[in-house]
Amino acid sequence: MKRVYLDNNATTPLAPEVFEAMRPYLLENYGNASSIHWFGQRAKAAIEKAREQVARLLNARTSEIVFTSGGTESDNAAIFGIVEAARGERKHVVTTAIEHHAVLLTAQALEKRGVSVTFVPVGASGVMDPQALANALRPETVLISVMHANNELGTIQPLEEIGHLARERDIYFHTDAVQSAGKIPVDVQKLDVDLVALSAHKLHGPQGVGALYVRRSTILRPLMYGGHHERDRRPGTENVAGIVGLGAAAELARAHQAEEPGRVAALRDRLEAGILERVPGVVVNGDPTRRLPTTTNLAFDFLEGEGFVIAMDLRGIACSTGAACSSGSLEPSHVLSAIGLKPEQARASIRFSLGRFTTPEDIDTTLAILPAVVEQLRSLSPHYRKAAVSTQHSAVSQS
Amino acid sequence: MTIAIAMSGGVDSSMAAALLAENNTLRPAGASPAVVGLTMQLWNQRRLPQLLGLGAHEGSHASGRCCSLDDVYDARAVASFLGIPYYVINLEKQFEATVVRPFVERYLAGETPIPCSLCNSEIKFAQFITMARQIGAERIATGHYARIRRDERTGRYQLRRGVDRSKDQAYFLFGLTQEQLAQAEFPLGEMTKQQVRAMARARGLPVAEKAESQEICFVPTGSYRQFIRAYLAEQQRQPEAGAGEVVSTNGRVLAEHQGLHDFTVGQRKGLGVAVGEPLYVIALDPAKNRVVVGPDRDLFRSRCRVRDLNWIRPLATGDAVEADVKIRHNHPGAMARVEAHAGSEAFVEFLEPQRAITPGQAAVFYDGDEVLGGGWIASVP
Repeated sequence: MKRVYLDNNATTPLAPEVFEAMRPYLLENYGNASSIHWFGQRAKAAIEKAREQVARLLNARTSEIVFTSGGTESDNAAIFGIVEAARGERKHVVTTAIEHHAVLLTAQALEKRGVSVTFVPVGASGVMDPQALANALRPETVLISVMHANNELGTIQPLEEIGHLARERDIYFHTDAVQSAGKIPVDVQKLDVDLVALSAHKLHGPQGVGALYVRRSTILRPLMYGGHHERDRRPGTENVAGIVGLGAAAELARAHQAEEPGRVAALRDRLEAGILERVPGVVVNGDPTRRLPTTTNLAFDFLEGEGFVIAMDLRGIACSTGAACSSGSLEPSHVLSAIGLKPEQARASIRFSLGRFTTPEDIDTTLAILPAVVEQLRSLSPHYRKAAVSTQHSAVSQS
Repeated sequence: MTIAIAMSGGVDSSMAAALLAENNTLRPAGASPAVVGLTMQLWNQRRLPQLLGLGAHEGSHASGRCCSLDDVYDARAVASFLGIPYYVINLEKQFEATVVRPFVERYLAGETPIPCSLCNSEIKFAQFITMARQIGAERIATGHYARIRRDERTGRYQLRRGVDRSKDQAYFLFGLTQEQLAQAEFPLGEMTKQQVRAMARARGLPVAEKAESQEICFVPTGSYRQFIRAYLAEQQRQPEAGAGEVVSTNGRVLAEHQGLHDFTVGQRKGLGVAVGEPLYVIALDPAKNRVVVGPDRDLFRSRCRVRDLNWIRPLATGDAVEADVKIRHNHPGAMARVEAHAGSEAFVEFLEPQRAITPGQAAVFYDGDEVLGGGWIASVP
């Protein structure tokens, strides 16, 4: 069976160039980067090269890049780090209702520690209104955390405006750029952001490694203690091969930055138009004009999303109902609920996310298989049968 | 043709999956998978935290642990061992609405319910079939010890006991409709438990040595009383009736009880009554919120009314049939005259009195190995 992978927002395949860059550091180039000897120095040099590669992707200084175990750690390190280092009795944090759980649950954990948190709502577009955020700010606000691109909808948030607001009020500004880094430009100078979380495996790098950009002179309390690695920001023996992979992936992403967004957007649009043309009762969730080139999220009337994903997988097509971290959960997606979808619409929403290795043939295969799968599921939905009968009636009465 | 097998992570459904997978190895390459393993996530074992860890204290080593993470892990390991696609589907909401809540309500109403039968007709052979068809499977299979036969003469499907008389699970399947039977397969129907265990060992199935689960799957401690208390507390409910009287069969008040759901017909312990002769629960009277106790001989009764009947071999209203009737899972069965009444009811009259006929349990009617039908014991007049 030919398999098609349309779940690149969950994770991306490792690029062969990245694997080749990592290989020596899994085999002959062992060494602890903190060691004095030749082995250690080679490892250290590899890490510093990767740091440059990541810094270049973000338009940052190398000293501002901290390697971590991934996006979730980076988000935790940024949020806890800022709030715990901040002075004052009363502390307030502003974030949005559509953050990834890595931020959302961290913010909820802060609330349990007595920090007050405002979750700014977003409208149906899935793009937040900077004015709503401005209204939520208080004198004791110590941190704003707004994701760059939403993982479920792909919608891109107006970070420049928010960065400007944060700078004016002298509030630290963190963004979870896990979904956007490597897909669209993330320029820390232009966005005026103090902390940026990213993850290697979303940009064709390995799983289990990420980075946190920390603007110079930002005071962070570390999450963990145990050594002087990463300029005292993150202890522990470095994941050298992983870090090398992240560096290589960042460099590749930069090399592809000119043509790849256009290429993948064209494939995404073809998939989306093809589905809308072949399947009735489908709407696009979020804002089709302000989103990642890789992502579309579609609500299918009367579809049981969980069954659809399994049925498609049995036919070789991988897609998802939302964040992989929430798979198997009964609660409708908090993102789709936040943009006003009813629970049944949220459960009937499917995310297709493309990547650098998605081909036109993948889209053709998907379009050839999908309509029959939707029809099969809908034919088993009592609501669909009822609705089909009533539209037939109304069509008759109208004609 | 694709078949979906319900995998619990136990040795029976794992072996059933293995047999299906072996039958299907001759399919052409590129065809869609012939066997798909599905595990139903039915209950979150962490949901009632009061019950966590209680199983060990009771010495029951928490054997009833359906939907525990360990079982999903085991089912996944077996599917991977067999090389079949595998998914977990979440049916917690439906399970609570159609099995757990009715289970608690029936106990509060003075019955002794049996959730497995409800689960079979409402979940495994309803929701599960729907899900299987949604993902493109035409048929489903389970690891029940039971058999399905099509009667060529009438065109109807028959439900029969499995060949292993010690594992009669047809008892739990009396509620299946013709449509459900037509879509189901029981690969273990012709085998004994011993054979299944040996075949699992011979194949090196990861769960070949796994212990049997006997308890109600969502009651991890084995104590349904603890479960009901914890569930009611979670729902912020009190048992409506609460405390009441324990009375003798002639109406004399002997003691006080803390709620009908603490009792079941035939129970001897925990009555709070100390008299010379051993006393048993004879009946629960929800109208007066009373527990009626008496000597062992009073437990023997000859008649019961059965409600919500499902006939697998149809019986016309007003007609009667001689059948072997089981009034609970471990009951050996006894001959009785079963009369079909209007409104999906039946009246059962045993040739000899039976001990502890209990409202809420299933009465299932057999002709030899064939299940004629069954229903829920409503009253013991």
